[in-house]
Order: sequence, then C-alpha cells, then structure tokens
Amino acid sequence: MTRFTDHAGRPVIAITGAGVVSSLGSGKDENWAQLTAGQSGIHRITRFATDHLRTTIAGTVDFMSPPEAGSVALSYAMAEFAVLEAIAESGLSQSDFGGPLFLAAPPVELEWWQRIALDADGATSGGEPGYQRLLHAARTGSHPAFFQSAQFGTIASRLQQRIGTRGLPITLSTACASGATAIQLGVEAIRRGEAERVVSVGTDGSVTSEALVRFSLLSALSTQNEIPEKASKPFSKDRDGFVMAESAGALVMESLESATARGATVLGILEGCGECADDFHRTRSKPDGSPAIAAVRAALDDAGVSTGDVGYINAHGTSTPENDKMESMSLSTVFGEAMRSIPISSNKSMIGHTLTAAGAIEAVFSLLTIRTGTLPPTINHVNPDPAIELDVVPNTKRAATVGRVLSNSFGFGGQNTCLVIAAEPA
Amino acid sequence: MTAPNDVVITGIGLLTSLGEGVEANWAALRDFTAPVIDSERFAPYTVHPLPEVDWSQQIAKRGDQRQMEAWQRIGTYSAGLALEDAGIKGNEALCASMDMIVAAGGGERDVDVDTMILKRIADGASDIGVAINEVLTTELRPTLFLAQLSNLLAGNISIVHKVTGSSRTFMGEEGAGISAILTAAARIRSGQSTHALVGGAYNTEHPDMLLSYELGHHLMRDAWRPVWQRGQAAGGGIVTGSGGVFLVLERRDHAIERGAKIYASLGTVAADLGPTGAQETRERLDRLAAETGLGETDIVFSAVSGADGRTADEKVFLTESLAGIPVRGLTTATGNLSEAQFPLAVALAALSLSTGEKLPVLDPDFETEADTAPSSIGVLAIGFNAAEGMAVVRKAEGATA
Repeated sequence: MTRFTDHAGRPVIAITGAGVVSSLGSGKDENWAQLTAGQSGIHRITRFATDHLRTTIAGTVDFMSPPEAGSVALSYAMAEFAVLEAIAESGLSQSDFGGPLFLAAPPVELEWWQRIALDADGATSGGEPGYQRLLHAARTGSHPAFFQSAQFGTIASRLQQRIGTRGLPITLSTACASGATAIQLGVEAIRRGEAERVVSVGTDGSVTSEALVRFSLLSALSTQNEIPEKASKPFSKDRDGFVMAESAGALVMESLESATARGATVLGILEGCGECADDFHRTRSKPDGSPAIAAVRAALDDAGVSTGDVGYINAHGTSTPENDKMESMSLSTVFGEAMRSIPISSNKSMIGHTLTAAGAIEAVFSLLTIRTGTLPPTINHVNPDPAIELDVVPNTKRAATVGRVLSNSFGFGGQNTCLVIAAEPA
Repeated sequence: MTAPNDVVITGIGLLTSLGEGVEANWAALRDFTAPVIDSERFAPYTVHPLPEVDWSQQIAKRGDQRQMEAWQRIGTYSAGLALEDAGIKGNEALCASMDMIVAAGGGERDVDVDTMILKRIADGASDIGVAINEVLTTELRPTLFLAQLSNLLAGNISIVHKVTGSSRTFMGEEGAGISAILTAAARIRSGQSTHALVGGAYNTEHPDMLLSYELGHHLMRDAWRPVWQRGQAAGGGIVTGSGGVFLVLERRDHAIERGAKIYASLGTVAADLGPTGAQETRERLDRLAAETGLGETDIVFSAVSGADGRTADEKVFLTESLAGIPVRGLTTATGNLSEAQFPLAVALAALSLSTGEKLPVLDPDFETEADTAPSSIGVLAIGFNAAEGMAVVRKAEGATA
C-alpha cells in the first residue's frame, strides 16, 4: 500500500468533482443549504392532471426543461447540468473530458402525448385508433425527435457529444441502485487501468402519470397527499411508501495518482463498492436480509475497512414499510450494538426517492457530509418506529466530524449496491 | 499463448427463430437455405418469429412464467440454457458467486390498454390527461410494470436460476450487448470476476417494438431478402427477429479447474460511439479493427443491423479495410435481435470454432466461400443507430467441446 494504491494494491480513486440537481434546486450550494436546513422539495404535482391518481405529490424538477418536452429531455437536461457542475469543479475540460461515461438512466418509451399525436396523424389511414395507426403515422410521416426519444442510447450519445467522453458510453439500470452502479462501474474501470478519469452520472426525470400508476399498483407510493412535504417519513411508524421524485447526481473520479499529478483538489476518496443480488422476490427482499447484509459487507471489504471505521450512514431509507425495516435489520446485523450510536439519515425525507438517480445524488450528499462536517437530517420524524432503533438524525441537522460514509442503495429486482466514501487522506 | 486469466466461453444459450439450443441453431445455420420468417402477422413488416417453446423446461414454476412478459421469458429461458450448457445450472455455489450483465431494452406495453386510451381520446375525451389516468388506474395489470422494467430480466434470472454474485443491466440497443461482453471480459481478465453470465433478449413480436424502429423509417417493407441486399428495398433495411442469447464467460484457470468444456477463447473486445457520418464511422472502425486485430482473422461474423446508411458504411469497411476476409451477415438468418445481436455473433463464432465447421455462405451476392475451417473469427457489430463493437474469438487450445 503506497499513497496511490489501496489495501489490495489497486489505484486509489479520488473524487475531484460533484454536481447535483433535485427538486430543491440546481447545484451543490443550493441543494446543500436546503437539505441541511431540513427543507422538503416535495410538492403537489402540477405537470399533469392527477385526477383518479392515488398519489398526487412528487418531487418533480420543474425548472430545467419545459414540461411538454417530456421525460427524456428532462433526464438529459438534469444529467447535463450535474455533469457540467462536476467537471467544472474538477478543473477538467467540459468539452473534451477524455474519459469514459457511465450513465444511470430510466428506461425510455414513447410518451402519451407522442402516441396521441401519432394516432391522430394515422387517422388518415382510415383504421381504428391503435397501433396500426401509430405504425402508419410512423411510416408515412417524419418524426426524428420521437424516434430518438424512444432509443435507450440517446441520452448517453448526447452527453458524450456534449462533454467529449471516450469510447462506448454505458447506459445502465439496476433500478433504485442504478446511480450507485454507475459509480461502481467507473471505479472498476479506473482500477482496471482502462481510464485515468471517469464521469459517472445518475439521472431520472420520469415522473409521469403512468409511472405513478405503475408504482401505485405495486402499493409502493405514499398516499399521504394532504401535506406533501410531510409525506416522506423514513423510519417513522406511520410511513406508508416512498414519494417519487426527480434528480441527477454526478461524480468525476480519477486515480489519485493522476489527480495529484495535475494538481487537482481531491474532494474525497471512493474507497469501495459492494453488491449482491437477491433471488427471493421481484419487489420484496429476502426475509433474513442476507443479500443487503452481503452488499454492505462486500463494500466494507472492498474498501478494506471495518464497521468501526464508518462514521455515518447515508440510508437508502425510502419510507416504505418494507425497506426501512429491512435496512435497519440488515445494518444491525452487520454493525451489531454499535449501530445504535452510528448516525444514519435519509435524504429521501426531503428530496423523495429519485429512483435511477438516487444512488448518485446520495453519493454527492455523502461527500458533502464529510466535507462540511454536517449530517443532513431525516425530517418528518415525529412518530419513530419503535421497531427501528437507529439514530436517524431526527428533524434537524447535526455537526459531526465524519471520516467515512456508507451509502446504501437497494432496488426492485433484488438490486443491492453500497458505496464507501472517505475523506481525503491527510 | 494462453494465460490463466484468459477469457474463455464455456456456456452458450440460444433461442432464435432457427430453434432452441446450440445444436438446433448450428444445424440450421450449417444447412442454411432460407430463414424462418412471418410476413403476415405484422404486414407490411416481416419478422423472424420465436419457435414454439415449452417454457417449463427452463422456468419451472408457472407463477414465475406469469410474472414475465415475453422478452423476459425469452431471456430467462436462454440464460437457463447457457447455465445448463456450462454445467453451472443448479450449482448453488457457482451461481451465488457468478456475475451477471444483461443487455436489455424495455418491456412490452399492454396493447389493449393503450388502444383503449387512444380510442377514448380519438372519440373526443374532454380532458386528455384525465382520460389517460382513468383508463390506466382501472385497466393496467398490477404486475405488468415489473414485467416491463429493464432490470427485471436480470431480476428474474436471479430468482429462477439463483445467479446472485452481481447483477447489472445495460441499455442502449446493440451497444448494450457490446458493452455487456466488453465489460464482463475486462472484469475477468483483470481479476475482478471469475465467471459471468452475459447476454440479452429481444421480442420483436409486439407492435410497440416495431414502432420504435419505424419512427426512424428503419423497417423493410418489401419481400424478404438477405441483409446485404436491402439498399433499394421499400422502407429501411431492418428485419427484426425474436430471440435470446446468453454466454458463460470464464477465466481459463477457473474453467479448467472445474473441468468445464471450453468452446473458444475471447480475445480483445473494443467499442466506440460517435457521429455516424460515413467518414467518421470509417475512422472509428479502422481504429477498432487495429485494436482488436480483426484484419488478422480467418472470417468475420457480422451482426449487421440492415439499417440502410450504416450497412452501406459497413460494406465499404468490409470490402476496403478487410479485403479478402470472408464475411457472414448473420442477420440474414436470424433477423436483428437488437441488444442480443453482438452476443449472438460471439456465440456463433464460438460454435464454429469448437465444431470445426464452416458457416456456409448466407448471401452469395456479397459473401464468399471460406477455404478452410477457421481458427479465429472476427466479430463485428455496427449498431443501427449508434455504437460499434468488435471482438476476436479464437479456437481454444486443446478445446474439448
């Protein structure tokens, strides 16, 4: 182990840039000020009609792109903002970045307004409303923008063109762990020696009525619509589901050696990543929590640290009855009695669950926790769940010197990915 | 020439219009005369349809089958075939430590529900947004979302086959399949992984899947013809196919230690993406060919998309940069399997090398006879809309397959 290699002889990974957009605002300063002030970004949905919907609140980002531009445009706009903020901070080129891109992005499909427009165009074929008309309209008309918005590679292609990343960018989805997976893939690429620098970004601008209906049908969303900012209450007794939200988070990572050589400011170290898939159920985790436990342990092992080295945990903390119980149980298993004294809070109490982007934006907030010595709170913590004995940093921020953060991401489809982020070595 | 951390192919799972399993697919290709196509069901488009499948052969529980839409079933099924072929299926320890990278698109929408909404709106619903909500909240099947979600193909493979070492889903058409193989191979080579399940699946027999191509005018509407001959055909040049392709990639010493059969070894894999102008594309292809050594191979297996401009660029690259190397446009036989295209070409290359049998000419107008059975095969994929990838597959020394 030298200054530039870790316990396993691999390159140490430095974080040299970070960027965020969420319902709280754009940029790290605005987000961190609001997040540490316990401000919620959850509000009543105005982007589309909410009649008949069981959930009418969300943490939408309404200031990045026109509402009629759709999910792909918003996901791109947020990703671009976060990436540019991260690269600017790193001091690298914003147009010729020179390393690979790892993008966590939501699955895409044509949106309703596009289907409706096509069906209307296709009416000239004389048929009944439906796919025959859509295909007729597609065949006979010109719809380059519709075409690109339905291709899964579009956002990454545009980003690559914008910032000059290299190679074939990877667009990935591991559901609610996607943002963490994007970071993990970047870390692995640097460790393999394939790249000296990478940019990893998670983005999700997919709050639509159909998305809300889909999650509602799985009973995953909070229906506490009356006071939107109070609906997301991770680890509380009366939590009833997550609040869907939008955001993007980006990190520029480099080998510490290359960051040091170019005189870059090192913001923190991405020490380790761990994952383990669950084979139990599509939406529920294995009752014994073993996959989540294995993911946490794998991340600590990968970082070469033990439970006693973790000073704070950035929880997945979705505010669903299932997740918070399982997360608490899994952490108690890994950390034992010590878990009672390790502060853990959920950013989702304020920004909601930003799905594909969550792991990335929470990694940025983990970094800011270390750098500012401030633990963001878990807000709306008025009725603690007696079954969850955690120090959730209830309701107000707390000053604390944190040397190392564990950030958890657990998702549908049995996806569990954890990151370990540490302060720059003295 | 071999190293313990070489990447070898030890399992192949194939489900295409040509049949199920490596033997049926290879036999159909070796004796290829015409593809299996259906030009009626989605007229004016032709598709290469999936054959009849007894899903319970690889997805034992009916309940699990019901939780998946067709592309997830295709993928989970072909993943099972690959695991079985590699002698890993049911081996708890090997599955629990196995890495997985799945190349996936989105799942299929409910055509009836979509049609209901479009009809309601065409009939003059007073508020479009409200009408959409009303139908969706009352008609959408609760479990459909999971059957559509990109990462749930991997999720289903974990549930059905117990592959849980890691689970990553890459998206982005052909490029996703290229990245999946590239990343899995790089992880194995560098010691980050010992064995990995990699592949993808695509169900084209759904109007929404055809729509996403046709919005770019990419689907061919004329009578079927080989993939290299579609430049003048009505519409675009793509004919899609349903299918699933999974590979087990493994560290050589890991494979040898457990006594696995080795189909072939996977050499350098390289990929890129950029502006799709003819000249820029050519520059990238020439660079990737130099990186992988594609020009030193005995034959090229191309996952050619069929898309007009991209295929024209590919033909120029093949004739000018790879002059004298025979090529096989596999898509003629299987149709374009999107995310599974590149894995398919790698799989068929491994099969040709392990059987020692040549793949016949699939299109006499563009392809030429190969003199001898190959000892190395170049794999090429140029995505219909973006992305290029190449790999070299070599005969395994002392192969036992």
